[in-house]
Formats: sequence, C-alpha cells, structure tokens
Amino acid sequence: MTTTEKTPTTPTSPAALEVHGVHKWYGTHHVLDGIDLSVRPGEVTVVLGPSGSGKSTLLRVINHLEKPELGHVSVGGEPIGVRRHGARLRELSERAILRQRGRIGFVFQNFNLFPHLTVLDNVAAAPVATGKLTRDEARELARELLTRVGLGDRTGAYPRQLSGGQQQRVAIARALALRPGIILFDEPTSALDPELVGEVLAVIKDLATSGTTLVIVTHEIGFAREVADRVVFIDGGRIVEQGPPAQVLDHPRHERTRDFLAKVL
Amino acid sequence: MSQPPGAAVSLAEAPPAGTTSRPPAAQRVLPLRRPGRWIATAAVLVVVAQIIHGLATNPFYQWDRFRYWFLRPTILDGLLITLEVAALSAVLGLLGGVLLALGRLSGSPVLRAVSWTYTWLFRSVPLIVVLIFLYNFSALYQTLSLGVPFGPAFVTFDESRLATDMAVAVVGLSLNEAAYASEVVRGGILSVDQGQHEAAAALGLPKGYQFRRIVLPQALRSITPNYVNQLIGLIKGTSLVFYVSLLDLFGSVQTMGSTYPGDIVPLLLVATVWYLILTSAVSVVQFYVERYFARGATRTLPPTPLQKARTGLAEARARLRREAAV
Repeated sequence: MTTTEKTPTTPTSPAALEVHGVHKWYGTHHVLDGIDLSVRPGEVTVVLGPSGSGKSTLLRVINHLEKPELGHVSVGGEPIGVRRHGARLRELSERAILRQRGRIGFVFQNFNLFPHLTVLDNVAAAPVATGKLTRDEARELARELLTRVGLGDRTGAYPRQLSGGQQQRVAIARALALRPGIILFDEPTSALDPELVGEVLAVIKDLATSGTTLVIVTHEIGFAREVADRVVFIDGGRIVEQGPPAQVLDHPRHERTRDFLAKVL
Repeated sequence: MSQPPGAAVSLAEAPPAGTTSRPPAAQRVLPLRRPGRWIATAAVLVVVAQIIHGLATNPFYQWDRFRYWFLRPTILDGLLITLEVAALSAVLGLLGGVLLALGRLSGSPVLRAVSWTYTWLFRSVPLIVVLIFLYNFSALYQTLSLGVPFGPAFVTFDESRLATDMAVAVVGLSLNEAAYASEVVRGGILSVDQGQHEAAAALGLPKGYQFRRIVLPQALRSITPNYVNQLIGLIKGTSLVFYVSLLDLFGSVQTMGSTYPGDIVPLLLVATVWYLILTSAVSVVQFYVERYFARGATRTLPPTPLQKARTGLAEARARLRREAAV
C-alpha cells in the first residue's frame, strides 16, 4: 500500500517523469526500442516524429494503458504499474494502477468524453469516483476548471452539442480535475478543424506557462517552438535527438530529423 | 449538355419574361403529384375496411361471448400468473444475462468457457424441453444441497417442497432467458467505443464504477431495443408454462375452451387481445426508456407523441396562415 512513496526532497528534486529503457512489441513489430527519457518538474516536452514512430505508444506506456515488455516508467519517483520486489519488478494490481493514473492526466486525440454525462459531470466524475472530493466540492472545482478553459457557460451541455475544440477543452478540464502532477497530450489538435486548433493550443499554452509538467505529442511545429522547453524527435521507436526547440527544430543534427521537418514545415 | 455552362446559369437567374412583376408566392415550388400513391392508399383502405367489417359482423367471432369472457376472474387470474412469471423471469433472466456477458468478456478462460457453454446449451434446448425436464426434476433429485462438491453439504433443501409449479416455470424461463439476454448484453457492451474504456481507465476510475457509470449506460442504448424484443418473446413464451400445470392466461383460455367448446374462438380472441395489450404496454415503456438513454447520444431527444402532435399542429397552423397570406 505504498501509494505515495515519499522521496526526501534533496537539492536535486526527483524527475517528474523518467522512462527507463522501455521496449514494447506489437507481435513482431518493435514499437519502442529502448526509450530513455527524463523530464524535470514544470518542464514542457514536445514529442515529434513520423506516424508509426511510436510516439503515441510512448505516451500510453507512461500511464500504463500499454504495458512495456522491458523497462519501466517512474512518475514523481514512483514506478508506474510495477513495484520493486528486491532487485526485480512486479506487476501491480489493477486497483493500484488505477490509483496511480490519478496522478497522470491524459488527453486523447478523439477527446473520448463520456457522451451520456453533461460537461460538468464529465469533469466532476473522476474526483468523486476516486473518493478525492465530495460531489459538491467536485462540481465546484469542475465549474472553476471549465471557466478556466473558457467554457463556464456550457456546464449543462452534453459533449455532442459542443464543437470539437470545445470538447477538447472539456477533456483538458477533465484531466486537470484530478490535479495530476503531469499531463500527457496525445495529438490533442489532430482531430480538429483548422480554425478550432488555436483555442485548444491556447489552453495548453496557459497550462505550460503556469508550471504544469506536460508531455505533448503533436504535429504543430510552430506551437512546439513556442511552448516547448525541449523537443524530442522519435523515429523507429528510438529517440533520434532531443534538445531545446531552437536546436532541434532549426539546427537538427540528424538526417532523419531534417527529412521529417522538411516534410511537415 | 450542348449549352455552354454560362448560358445555363443566366437562364436560371433571369426570371421568364412576364413573371417579373408577380409576387414571390408565384415562385413557390409545388409539391410533386403522386397519383400512384393515392391509388395504392385507396386500395389498402378498402382492404382494411373489409377486414374490420368482417371482424365486426362475422358471427364466427361471437363478440358477445368475447365481452363475457374478457374480464372473467378465471381469465384475470391467468393474466396475473402470466405477468408474475414474465416479470420474475425478465428480472432474473437479465441479471443472469449480465453475469454471463461479463463472464464471456472476462480475462479468465474458465469463466469464458463456462459462460459460452451455458449460452450454447440453453439456446440449443427448446424451452418446452427445459420446462418439462425441470418439472420432472424432483423425481431425479430428491434433495438439493449447497456445499463442497464431493464434500460435505452445508444447506439441504427438500426438492419436492422447493419445486412448486411457479418455481419450475420461473426457473425454466429464467434459465432460457439468461442465455439470450447474455448475448444481448454482450452485444451492447461491445458496441461501446473502445475510447470510452480507455478514457475511464486513464482517469483511474475504479473498475466497478467504469462498468456501472460509464460503459453500462451507453451499452443500454443498444441493449434496450434488443432486450425488449427478448421480453416480448418471453411474455409469449410464458404460454408454455401451461405444460407444467400452471394456469397462466393461455392455460385458463385452454381450460375454459375444453369446458365450453363452443366458446373457443372468443376465448382465443380474449387471449390475443390481452397479449396485444401487454406487448403495447412494453412498447410504450420501451419508447421512454430509449429516450432516457438517448441523452447525450443525439443532439436533441426524439419527441414524445404529445410533443410530436403539438409541433404537427403548430406546423399545420403555420402552413394555413402562409397559404392565407398568399
């Protein structure tokens, strides 16, 4: 029952996210081929890469929607989905994994809002269901968060009555409701009409500047340049290069990065 | 297609000579006349009138005897049994169906296999065979006990006391119903988008909450019409309990029919009308249940009959006003 493994606050505080030698296969396809990554608290990381490069899989491994076959992920110093058992790692119970996910926000490409619940209940559901807040507290928080993403007046609507951009902003509010230490975005604007992309990026940018740790998979290079502290380029399940946006986007050192950027820019 | 495209456009834009001064109403599009449809409608109406006439006037139906039997206590007692058996079996069958569906979708191969086998068995054996088999059960097993297989028994029931005719009927129908309901429920669960399962998991919602509050409400939208189908089949299926000596609606009609052979036709009509009423009641409930589960699935809810009538009336009035204005 070590839910919050308190790590002593040393001058070098633990990384918000650490990925240790993660491998993942789908059948014979080697999707993630030894990924190592460390993200500092408050850092905004943008993951770029061609489709099929494994970037979405990497995000899904971080909150354990997918199990890595080798290696593991730590969030705030705590291994996700596994616990240390002597020198080895043991799989956690489903219940424990669900509890850990409360500290990792996830925003999907297709929003995946609950269509039968109002916008307010979509946001308020998780804190109530996980016993973190009472119903009234959760609704209060939900109203606050929906106002923050600019939808304070649509709390009674059902998701299908909203535009894609509005739905994605609700999804962001829903992820924030659990007060996660880190939020993962899986191509949050890819399913949106071009004129709706801006409103969603504005909300993400607001989060980025308020010091939330973010990992964002996106194809919006301009946005990456604007908000990212670090850009990670993935291809063939490996990190090809990473660094500040000015370096990776403007002076890529690798051929594959250059090819990719030439195609998307 | 010999005209250049420009000519066609100018033709459409310029009103034909002499019509420029006409009020805009003159440009209203007149609906297409459909004489074929009118003829077909008239023909069908004639046939319907003939059927109604025949039903009303043919002495064969003996409507006075129908009136005599329709609310007889013996018929109403039978109706009550039908309702009781149907309601109990519907609830137990659905519960069993949900459990079996969860078994089928479970990660355990044993649960999957057991659920599959159960469904396979009870969908294969005719209901009447199950009922008569259960009816004779007390002869096969005198006592029924709960305990460790091949080990000690904790509770022991005397089967002959347990197996009343009603219990046999309800158990038989429930066993059969659960097999079909499990497939209906499983289909409903599978119809829920995978993204919903993922979103619920990503939010860390507890497993039971995920099923009860996220998956099931969405599954019920497609479960409802299929289960109502099942339910109507069940209501009619209750007529088989007559064969395990339970006097349901059909049973009473059958018994009265053999006592008063001259009244068999009006008695069958009584049963028909009651079954019609039961099915209609279920269909009305179905409409409102479906409407309830449509929340969020459609942008606007389907209108209730009352709302439909109201908007229909308002539209007709608006059309009349428009015509009057022209």
